[in-house]
Amino acid sequence: MIGMPGLMRLLGIAALVACGFLFSGYHLFQLAQTAVYAVAIMGLVVVTGTTGQVSLGHGAFYAVGAYATAILMTNFGWPFWATLPVAGIACAALGFAVGLPALRLSGSYLALVTFALAVAVPQMLRAKALEQLTGGVQGIVVTAPDVPFGLPLSQDQYLYLVTLAVAVLMFAFAHNILRGRTWRAMVALRDQPLAAEAAGIDIARIKTRAFAISALFTGIAGALAAIIVQFVAPDSFQPQLSIALFVGLVVGGAGSLAGAVIGAAFVEFAPLLAEQVNKNAPGVFYGALLVAILFVMPGGVAGGFRRLIAGFQWRRHKPPSMLAKQQGGTAHAE
Amino acid sequence: MLNRRTLLGSAALVAVAPVLRAHAEDAPGVTAGAIKLGNTNPHSGPASAYGAIANADTAYFNMINEQGGVNGRKIDFISLDDAYSPPKTVEQTRRLIEQDGVAFIFNGLGTPCQSAVRAYMNAHKVPQLFVATGADKWGDYAHFPWTMGWQPSYRTEAAIYAKYLLNEKPQSKIAVLYQNDDFGKDYLLGLKDGLGAKYGEMVVKEASYETTDPTIDSQAVTLQSSGADVLVTAATPKWAAQTIRKIAELNWKPLHFMTNVSVSVGAVIKPAGEQNAAGMITGAYQKDPTDPKWANDAGMQEWLAFMKKYMPGADISDNNHTYGFGVSMTMEQVLKQCGNDLSRGNVMKQAANLKDLDIPVLLPGIRINTSPTNFHPIRAMQLQRWTGKGWELFGSVISA
Amino acid sequence: MTGLLHQTLSGLATGGIYASLALALVMVYRATRQINFAQGEMATFSTYVALTLIQAGLPYWIAFAATLLFSFVMGVALERLLLRKLADHSGLGTVGVAIGLLLIFNALSGWLFGFTEKGFPSPFEGAGGGALLGGMLSRHEVGMTGVTLLVLGLVYCFFRFTRLGLAMRAAAANPDSSRLVGIRVGWTLALGWGLAAALGAVAGIMVAPIVFLDPNMMLGILLYAFAGALLGGADNPAGAVIGGFAVGVIENLGGAYLVGTDLKLTLALVIITVVLVLRPAGLFGRAVVARV
Repeated sequence: MIGMPGLMRLLGIAALVACGFLFSGYHLFQLAQTAVYAVAIMGLVVVTGTTGQVSLGHGAFYAVGAYATAILMTNFGWPFWATLPVAGIACAALGFAVGLPALRLSGSYLALVTFALAVAVPQMLRAKALEQLTGGVQGIVVTAPDVPFGLPLSQDQYLYLVTLAVAVLMFAFAHNILRGRTWRAMVALRDQPLAAEAAGIDIARIKTRAFAISALFTGIAGALAAIIVQFVAPDSFQPQLSIALFVGLVVGGAGSLAGAVIGAAFVEFAPLLAEQVNKNAPGVFYGALLVAILFVMPGGVAGGFRRLIAGFQWRRHKPPSMLAKQQGGTAHAE
Repeated sequence: MLNRRTLLGSAALVAVAPVLRAHAEDAPGVTAGAIKLGNTNPHSGPASAYGAIANADTAYFNMINEQGGVNGRKIDFISLDDAYSPPKTVEQTRRLIEQDGVAFIFNGLGTPCQSAVRAYMNAHKVPQLFVATGADKWGDYAHFPWTMGWQPSYRTEAAIYAKYLLNEKPQSKIAVLYQNDDFGKDYLLGLKDGLGAKYGEMVVKEASYETTDPTIDSQAVTLQSSGADVLVTAATPKWAAQTIRKIAELNWKPLHFMTNVSVSVGAVIKPAGEQNAAGMITGAYQKDPTDPKWANDAGMQEWLAFMKKYMPGADISDNNHTYGFGVSMTMEQVLKQCGNDLSRGNVMKQAANLKDLDIPVLLPGIRINTSPTNFHPIRAMQLQRWTGKGWELFGSVISA
Repeated sequence: MTGLLHQTLSGLATGGIYASLALALVMVYRATRQINFAQGEMATFSTYVALTLIQAGLPYWIAFAATLLFSFVMGVALERLLLRKLADHSGLGTVGVAIGLLLIFNALSGWLFGFTEKGFPSPFEGAGGGALLGGMLSRHEVGMTGVTLLVLGLVYCFFRFTRLGLAMRAAAANPDSSRLVGIRVGWTLALGWGLAAALGAVAGIMVAPIVFLDPNMMLGILLYAFAGALLGGADNPAGAVIGGFAVGVIENLGGAYLVGTDLKLTLALVIITVVLVLRPAGLFGRAVVARV
């Protein structure tokens, strides 16, 4: 995606919009779901890219975002679009609170805390104290927004286009973050923490901020999921969801936003594949694939592509001695 | 054999028999030679033990197809995996209906999963038949006329326990242990239904557990110290087995009612200790495949023959297999009653028109009855007590 | 008052479960400075192996020893064949492999042994059942605690008095210097994994008679064990055991008297967070040198 001319980008978006008219019903649902996962995994790209650590609990933010939208729409009659910022900000705040203690430490503490969060959140959603709001174990049936202004669209088309629009906006947002100065500074921090510390920069605070932003992304994805699936319940957000998002991140490639899109497609469509490989134990398939990717293509599918293309270009323009160097480089953020 | 075609069913058959082609338009998923049924089930993931039900359904329809189908139509049964995840259920159900073009969904499993698609099914007027969960809400014919359950609801079951207690031990103090979800909470509701105003007085303590709790020891201690002499346990097998063993260790001897979800000899009672469970009561509606009393029962013989031929090698002590057999046979009867009119409307109409259907794997005296104002096909149970060696039925069939 | 006592006792019994798995977590952490998310699932798989051996007719303790050996070899092999070869040692790489193993072992257990829960024999209970103290504790729970303490003692002696144990500590604390003094750092890491897998197997075999064996047996336990290990100090075996017992008691008392049983797991999350904020090294651990 780097340096892709604006025209190409517009064409890509136009193609995605066209999908809304080429497909219908069930397929649009799948495409919308893919867009939602893409936004959620972008959140993971942001956190891994900046802090060098991983989250195993973004399903929790997905859940909070979905519930925020479901509750505001159902109990308080808010229109869908107005719930989006609330869902995002609620998750950012939660992300900040959870990330702060873990990100001060090195090692896998963030993974540990977020893993615990992923397991605990479905239970919190059922808790008696919140039952009035969350509907307890019964969950909430969400009524999707109607097609406005008498547009000649089916509801599935409308929901797909809304999801797509939000996903494109979030993509652009993430792209700007990742290209901006703050991001580059963060990457520098990640790579040279001692130098940064010496320069008097509060690394933990900056990392935590990045984590909060990543939670915001996934929260917004959850909000979108609420209107697509039109139902939220604690059982919809089991820890397996967090694991699935994580697998998507690794498969797509943690180093780039394009990877988030590829990873999302994987999360959505891989079950069909897994069923072919081993119907009884798809977990074996996912686990083995996860391990294999980490070994063979640490940059994920997106990283693999990039290396391929880069290698091709180098081959044409540079002497072969440079080739090895280029291919040896690991995937970097953007 | 057991299928008693009602007058109304036959009348419907005669009335709609002639024109076949016309139905292709208003009866999706139906051709002259076959009818497509869809199903979602946890074939993978933690809940995949229930996959046995869909396997039994599949085997049953294979048998029917070998015998020539229903009214000459083969049954094309598609069961997809939803891993017990509601969003996945929505997706798979939409795939079945919109892409695979099934006539309707049969025996979809899991309360949260089926809850997720109930609004969709009813909005699109697609039957959601014989849902494989015991939640009470599947009988809400007024609000969801396209949805119907099959087994006695958990709530009905709890109400039956309450009824028994009011008759036999009106002075008792009741403690309740429940799983903190739909399933567990339905038992609280059922006890409230059954005990009415006396609920507050008789139920002295409720305690819940989470499926991530390694043990229920703490809850058992809490419940025992409430001084209750009756315990109602609404727990899934693992925690049910723990409960049975723990109260035996605590030397607490309440009259113990156990949800019929967790009465499998192999999965609950043997691990918990057969003697520890002695005196435990549950409500039953199916014949227990491990109970020697049914060894010569014609109905169970029929089921065993089916298992041998169509599910060779499968576990014949698993009551999910009797369940699948029974619910599929009910489905077969509905299709028979539909005759040639397999429109979704008529399928629903016939499903709500089952009269005294006798299913061989159900206890004697328990029959299937539905009507436009009764979407709970099985509402009766008989109590049984664990003697330390086996289940012993007692009393008569009770309806809530 | 008796209620409080009973809840505390029953909390100690449950805490023993957490302590036994926490010990395995600490073992890996000590050797490799990593958290092994697959520890619980590996332990469950080992427990199935043990049950299969027992059902095949092997005497209990023979099966026990064989399972430990199997698990040790499995742990060493995983480290040598997988983790070592991992080029990317960032969080993504190591956590990713651990999650991959978690998925694989969980699915394998279900696929090979079924999802229906199974009983598991206890070596401490005779035919007369196992209730002690009016059922507050069972014979097995006491036996399990004994085993956990015994294992703790062995681990302590191993690290304290054997050359290998010292080498492992050195390798984890300072790999480069260790290499210079001739310690084969690679093998000490593999040894750490092997020992952790064996300790996990002990935990699984001890826990299964109480909670019953199913493929997801360890999911809930793992989190409480994490909380226990952190509370006690992630690199201190004795601390982890004490932490495990403490979490069991806190969870029971909190569930019974404070937050309600529906928020017990949230309590574990809170413990983890509070420890990380206030005392990341845990109650008994030495301060982590901040590498940032």
